[in-house]
Amino acid sequence: MHVLRRFAVLALLALGANGARAAVLAEDRADLMYHRYQGGGITVDGPSVLVRKKFGESLAATANYYIDNITSASIDVVVSGASRYAERREQKSLALEYLRGKTTYSASYTNSKENDYRADTYSLSVSQDMFGDLTTVSFGYAQGLDKIGSSVDPTFADEIERRNYRLGVTQVLTRDLLASFNFETVTEQGYLQNPYRFMRFLNAGGTYSRGPEIFPRTRTSNAGSLMLKYYLPWRAAVQGQYRFYTDTWGINAHTGSLEYTHPLWNRWVFSGSYRYYTQTGATFWSDLFPRDGYQNFMARDKENSPLATHTIGIGASYEFPVEWAGSWLQKGSANLRVNHMMVDYSRFRDLRDFPPGTATPGTEPLYALDANFLTFYVSFFF
Amino acid sequence: MRKPLLILGAAALLAVTACAPIEPWVKPYEREHLADPIMSIGGDPVSSSYLDHVFEVREGARGATGGAGGGCGCS
Amino acid sequence: MITTTKALRTLLVAAFLAAPALAVAPAGPAPKFQLVSMAGKPVNLDQFKGQVVMLNFWASWCGPCRAEMPILEKLHAKYKPMGFTMIGVNVEPDSAEAAKWLKATPVTFPILFDTKSEVSKLYSVQSMPSTVIIDRKGNLRWLHRGYKPGDENEYLNQIRALVRE
Repeated sequence: MHVLRRFAVLALLALGANGARAAVLAEDRADLMYHRYQGGGITVDGPSVLVRKKFGESLAATANYYIDNITSASIDVVVSGASRYAERREQKSLALEYLRGKTTYSASYTNSKENDYRADTYSLSVSQDMFGDLTTVSFGYAQGLDKIGSSVDPTFADEIERRNYRLGVTQVLTRDLLASFNFETVTEQGYLQNPYRFMRFLNAGGTYSRGPEIFPRTRTSNAGSLMLKYYLPWRAAVQGQYRFYTDTWGINAHTGSLEYTHPLWNRWVFSGSYRYYTQTGATFWSDLFPRDGYQNFMARDKENSPLATHTIGIGASYEFPVEWAGSWLQKGSANLRVNHMMVDYSRFRDLRDFPPGTATPGTEPLYALDANFLTFYVSFFF
Repeated sequence: MRKPLLILGAAALLAVTACAPIEPWVKPYEREHLADPIMSIGGDPVSSSYLDHVFEVREGARGATGGAGGGCGCS
Repeated sequence: MITTTKALRTLLVAAFLAAPALAVAPAGPAPKFQLVSMAGKPVNLDQFKGQVVMLNFWASWCGPCRAEMPILEKLHAKYKPMGFTMIGVNVEPDSAEAAKWLKATPVTFPILFDTKSEVSKLYSVQSMPSTVIIDRKGNLRWLHRGYKPGDENEYLNQIRALVRE
């Protein structure tokens, strides 16, 4: 950890050393978004507002306010015997960027609050353009502290300390081809499980009983991704991405996605995408343990189980005329993106009709989740 | 072991950023396609961060979703 | 004691603090060329000998280039009577987008189309936009890489000095 820190500092300085010519900060903008997720008995929707302003040519600030309005009667809620609940999560963030020569320094703070969870994250990053602006290298570090409670047990209180280390290299390969490589390591320590979930085990009577999940208190993950984006001669773009993920819980995941973007009729841009995700479960995961206290760590939450996700999406953007605003508005667009996600769990069983004490556990149907989520937003560029 | 590696790494980084023995093979005046908004990576910040968030909540994996760069390369 | 880390840090901090220069002073005669103008006529750099020439390499897809154009138009209008001319060299292989943009935002100074990037290569254009200022004798005097609001003050000073020659 010490070596990494020292190297990061020297890398930061090295990147700032080649300040020969200037790059530019992105333009001022305001985005108003409505997001909605619906599936598996859960509905989450709400607004997201983003405002970005430059101060001179070297400094910019971005503020974002995001809300999740949650109503949940998910499989986890139903199976635990709880009633449908409603909750609200509020997230605020502020980011600052400073441009010097070809180097951009960024710092941000994000705070997320809901009635049983509070998260504070600080992040720093440096990004440098080099090789005649063909290459962009960036380093990032983030630190987070989550404070966890439980609405079921008021005496419960725990924390998570998290650190993220990121490295990114974007390279212009030809006039029509871009490549981007990203690597991220996340280390966490603390209460890394969900207080509302449980595991189950086979009891002497041949039925099942519930017990508390026991998770490790540390987790380190490494993920690396490669993205390629190609400009097609008839003015369209195709993007492919692959990510490999592995962590100390034994979860290995592969993500592959393809997206096609096609402008039409002067003001419209349409897009279509497909994403495939697959993960092995955590080594300490099981839908049904042979007995109580079977091993040191036992988990049954579906998010850490072996699963595969297919997501298809379509999007449409319309750049509306801005002459009415005079010189105050440079550009404006209305955007809609709709996604359909299908999650297949290969080991996680649907216990909604099979409460504890039911005979022949382990033969219940496997659970599958279908969800739709959309974003609709209007962007103004000043 | 760590110290020489550190020095080598920093020197390589400095060499790479300070000298330019390799000439950029896409000239600034050839970046028309890369400057096209359809070739931007990452997309609009509000929607891309939301998409990452949805997947991170439902899946076990996290990280390495970002990217910056490309574009017009203008000053 | 000077440790390796300390030495490296000092070296890198020094390199970091070295002030970057955005306007450089090249030397020698300005490379000659001939390109077709927007009016369809061939234009040669020689035609402007005796005048101070500001050559601006731009493209319709380049934000800072477009932002700079109204300022270049003002400079051309102001200093033309004193023997100065602005020349815009458009670097796009297909001039359709540039012609469309110029129709919406017209300028009075000559626009030449370097569709084969010959002049861009001749002048070793390393950034977008790039501006070269040539004196009355046809020699290169100033090179500006990129454009940031405020750069026009440097342009004014340099043009004023050169028109007095």
